[in-house]
Amino acid sequence: MRKRDLPKRLLQMAVVLFGISFITFCLMYLAPGDPVQAMYAASGTIPSEQILEQTRENLGLNEPFLTQYFNWLTACLHGDFGTSYAYSRPVAELILSRLWPTLKLALTSLALMMIVALPLGILSAVRKGKVSDFIVRIFSFLGVSLPNFWVGLMLLYVFAVCLGLLPVVSDGQGFGKIILPAVTLAFAMVGKYTRQVRTAVLEELGQDYVTGARCRGIRESTILWRHVMPNAVLPLITMLGLSFGSLLGGTAVVEVIFSYPGLGNLAVDAIRSMDYSLIQGYVLWIALIYMVINLLVDLSYRYLDPRLKEGNR
Amino acid sequence: MTKTVTFIKRNPGFAVCLILVLAVLTVAVFAPLLATYDPYEAVLADAVQAPSAEHWFGTDRMGRDLYSRVLYGARISLTAALSLVCIVMAVGTFLGILSGYFGGILDAAVMRIADMMVSFPGMVLAIAVAGILGANIRNAVIAISVVSWTKYARLARSLALKIRSRDYIAAARVTGSRTSHILWRYVLPGVLPTILITGATDIGSMMLELAGLSFLGFGAQAPTAEWGLMLNEGRAYLTAAPWLMVFPGLAIFITVAVFNLLGDSLRDVLDPGRS
Repeated sequence: MRKRDLPKRLLQMAVVLFGISFITFCLMYLAPGDPVQAMYAASGTIPSEQILEQTRENLGLNEPFLTQYFNWLTACLHGDFGTSYAYSRPVAELILSRLWPTLKLALTSLALMMIVALPLGILSAVRKGKVSDFIVRIFSFLGVSLPNFWVGLMLLYVFAVCLGLLPVVSDGQGFGKIILPAVTLAFAMVGKYTRQVRTAVLEELGQDYVTGARCRGIRESTILWRHVMPNAVLPLITMLGLSFGSLLGGTAVVEVIFSYPGLGNLAVDAIRSMDYSLIQGYVLWIALIYMVINLLVDLSYRYLDPRLKEGNR
Repeated sequence: MTKTVTFIKRNPGFAVCLILVLAVLTVAVFAPLLATYDPYEAVLADAVQAPSAEHWFGTDRMGRDLYSRVLYGARISLTAALSLVCIVMAVGTFLGILSGYFGGILDAAVMRIADMMVSFPGMVLAIAVAGILGANIRNAVIAISVVSWTKYARLARSLALKIRSRDYIAAARVTGSRTSHILWRYVLPGVLPTILITGATDIGSMMLELAGLSFLGFGAQAPTAEWGLMLNEGRAYLTAAPWLMVFPGLAIFITVAVFNLLGDSLRDVLDPGRS
């Protein structure tokens, strides 16, 4: 991405965020079920119709739809995402407190995945033979066909119940407790990335500069590590950015299995208890983070790939 | 008949996958005949029993026969996943062809919505939609459709754009064919093969997403015999009754694997150049 594209890109992001905020607000507005009643039910009281009406008036729920939306949107722009009634705490604070555990989980699983996928992918590209190809195919097939929540449950059963090595319930503290959820998440990605690494390395190995280097008598290992890898890694960075984003939003199932105190668990609870302001805040935050990450990935290309520097193109 | 035989000889992989898929479908259709017990009949005296000759896969906490429940689960998972893929293909193809062929405001609107969906992790929105509409299997299908149709719309649009500029479309226009006729008879057949291949390869992942939603409690509701839900119910008995997790999970894995294999081999058969 070039520098002068940045304003356009930021504008696009703003438009997408605006659209997403509108859609989520519509959904909440149209949703069956009365949040005010749910709110009182959560605190264990059965209010009279009068109190319900009074609360609705106070919360601005009797205003026309568009007025409600713009009130909410202006508040969001001021950093006020409302208050979660289930937790009686500001939404922004709740989300920020859960953001770090989820980030930690996502980063750990990405790191684990790369530790497996990079060597495996390089190996199967360099030794394009039967055995390594076979391993890659098995991994990628299992990765797309095994439900990750089932993998999580089986890992939990084997390591926590049978072997007693790791705790069954993870509170996100300490290294041991993050391993199982991270392995579960990494498992599904390993196949995809191994295949990707393999394709990228194979493609670079077929380039003319590799033939040239070979002719000059440079050692195979130098060619691979000094010349091929820097180029092969580039397309992976885009994929990693996308995966990171979807991990932030997609860890819900795994977080629930391991009772991991992350964003996904928070969102599932919020939806179960019809905590509307929390759901809206969550969806907006995830969208924002996802887009910022992808923007950063695109920007990083300028530094990682000299060919894209301004003026050269 | 000889045609079929030569086809099978030429594509043995595809034939095997097709037989496997048919086997899974047969299990779903004939579940009542294959089941040894009523999947919804609770016998509390037999609760949480390990697999035995009487209950092949054991029983759950309500004393229901797990083997029968797993068989019946095939019906729900297959119906839901297949209807989901059909809905997504139909909506996506329809909007994609229209926006590709006509362009203009419709095109802009559809593509902006598609952009929005791409720049956002779909599962989050699906969970939110399913949770808000109310948890049941139909709403889970709707929720995943809402976030997945854009992929097909983009695909259909790009194909329709290509087809629009072909000579036979121009010829049809010059000879006075009605637009609906052109779209239906000339554009759609050109778009359909790619869409069908994509749809077939997506059945497996759609099934996983549906099972995931049910697992979280936003899909099928008790007492439905649905695999994701069964895993969720069995989760509490992880230590005492691991078979409650093993068998429904295996069922999901096998079904998804079979459909993934079929999708891949279908792509090889119909589109040999691409793989």
